[in-house]
Amino acid sequence: MSSPALDVRYIAQLARLHLSEEEIATFQSQLDHIIQYVEKLKQVDVSGVEPTAHAAPVFNVFRPDTPRDWFDAATALSNAPRQAAGLFSVTKVVE
Amino acid sequence: MSNPTLATSNFPVSLADLTVTDLREQLHSRAASPVEALDALEQRIAAVDPHIHGYLNRDLEQARALAAKADVTLPLGGVPIAIKDVLNVLGQPCTCASKILRGYVAPYDATAIARLRAAGAIPFGRTNMDEFAMGSSTENSSVQVTANPWDLSRIPGGSSGGSAAVVAAGEAFAALGSDTGGSIRQPAALCGCVGLKPTYGRVSRFGLVAFASSLDQIGPFGKTVRDAALILNAISGQDSQDSTSVSEPVPDFTATLDRGLKGIRLGMPREYFIEGIDPQVDAAVRAAIKHYESLGAEIVEVSLPHTDYAVAVYYIVATAEASANLARFDGVRYGHRAENPANLLDHYGRTREEGFGPEVKRRIILGTYVLSSGYYDAYYLRAQKVRTLIRQDFTQAFEKVDAIICPTSPEPAFKAGERTDDPLKMYLADIFTIATNLAGNPGISIPCGFAATDGMQLPIGLQLIGKPFEEASLLSIAHAYEQSTEWHKRRPPLPA
Repeated sequence: MSSPALDVRYIAQLARLHLSEEEIATFQSQLDHIIQYVEKLKQVDVSGVEPTAHAAPVFNVFRPDTPRDWFDAATALSNAPRQAAGLFSVTKVVE
Repeated sequence: MSNPTLATSNFPVSLADLTVTDLREQLHSRAASPVEALDALEQRIAAVDPHIHGYLNRDLEQARALAAKADVTLPLGGVPIAIKDVLNVLGQPCTCASKILRGYVAPYDATAIARLRAAGAIPFGRTNMDEFAMGSSTENSSVQVTANPWDLSRIPGGSSGGSAAVVAAGEAFAALGSDTGGSIRQPAALCGCVGLKPTYGRVSRFGLVAFASSLDQIGPFGKTVRDAALILNAISGQDSQDSTSVSEPVPDFTATLDRGLKGIRLGMPREYFIEGIDPQVDAAVRAAIKHYESLGAEIVEVSLPHTDYAVAVYYIVATAEASANLARFDGVRYGHRAENPANLLDHYGRTREEGFGPEVKRRIILGTYVLSSGYYDAYYLRAQKVRTLIRQDFTQAFEKVDAIICPTSPEPAFKAGERTDDPLKMYLADIFTIATNLAGNPGISIPCGFAATDGMQLPIGLQLIGKPFEEASLLSIAHAYEQSTEWHKRRPPLPA
């Protein structure tokens, strides 16, 4: 394997994604294979080439920040898995 | 399905078999009512969808209420349109066929939906898809596997496989899908209908659940090019809610369909006619090109030299953007949340472990990796630079031609289950559609023949790629072929 740098266990932590041992093993072998494939981009001479972030011919778009009708608080909370007192309920962040 | 009874007659036996264009005429002349159209559709769905599994759900009662008061004088007045489960439709579920969004009810309309409504259309039914639009076969749905109407043992393509299948099977007059790397065009090709990916920026993405924001675009599925043009009319245009939607004027895309092929030059990219294409696909596409020549188009060879790198660029750019977009699924504001988390990291980690399926997890890992410190320049930045070269390939080719002509997919529909263990092989199914998303150009797939495989007839798609914001020209080129051939009139052999 030429690209052992992708450590699935470590990257999964960065992505806040638990994986089973079985998933880690499967993904490790599949992603090693995919990374090997994308290595072909190293053959391309990109010196002096600007990156493309997206294909739309628009930049720095502004609109007036004016109030308009949109959800009320109850609608915004309507899909929340947990709520309390008209607020989203989150898992404790500080001890 | 053993020995399905064939209904090969082209005579419409039900309103459900009409095109949007013909249905509009019937509604307009009061020969049929929107409620009757809806009921005909529902009848077809009841007969066929237990075999196809194209719909995740539908709200017949609400659609009937809308149909009863539909204004048939509007451009799409009273026409039901099926919606891929990735677009928010007020009051309807929107799950992206993912467990993490099970139970989610859309609190607003996507702009494309609001515009369909303004044109009189009735959003009806949610169609199956690969989870979060990640896949090429719709097998990554967490809910169900959709069958190809032409051979129920085969996949309908993806990720908008449900939308393509229901249109092909006459379970919908037309549908909306989304296309990030071919997710409209490839299933349209494999199911034998028309699928259009507009230019990036043509249709507002507001209310489309984001997969890869620089590549995603909403577009129509129809039975004909004219139907696709009618729907594009309704959904196009700038939107202050999507800063990447552009202010280009929106012409009536149906007005110029009959422009003809006089003076039209079509480019055959030499890199798209390679070994490894299914011989029947190759033969059908070459025959279509000959047909264009006989209709008066000039065929020239063009080169898109960086084609071979497109899949690699795509799987870096798309996964990077996906890993960022899917960070919003944290079990707080909406969606699944793990029970009794020990702490915050456990809350996030298990919520996402339980909610996402394998392909989504795989792409989150890959996308997080290519953006991670130490690898960003080597993968993500380099991919963005090669993306520039791919765009330049198209710009240069379009100096010589009006459209590019090539296969949509290198092969007809494959068997369900055949590729699920080999993600890279699945990714290569999109080899001819991906570059268009990277460059931003519009692309359309139209039926151009059938492959005889295992005693079944499998549709083949012809892809036409146009210049940015010149969908009118692209549609007229596609229309000229369609109107002089019969492929689009064939219907799959569905169980009676």
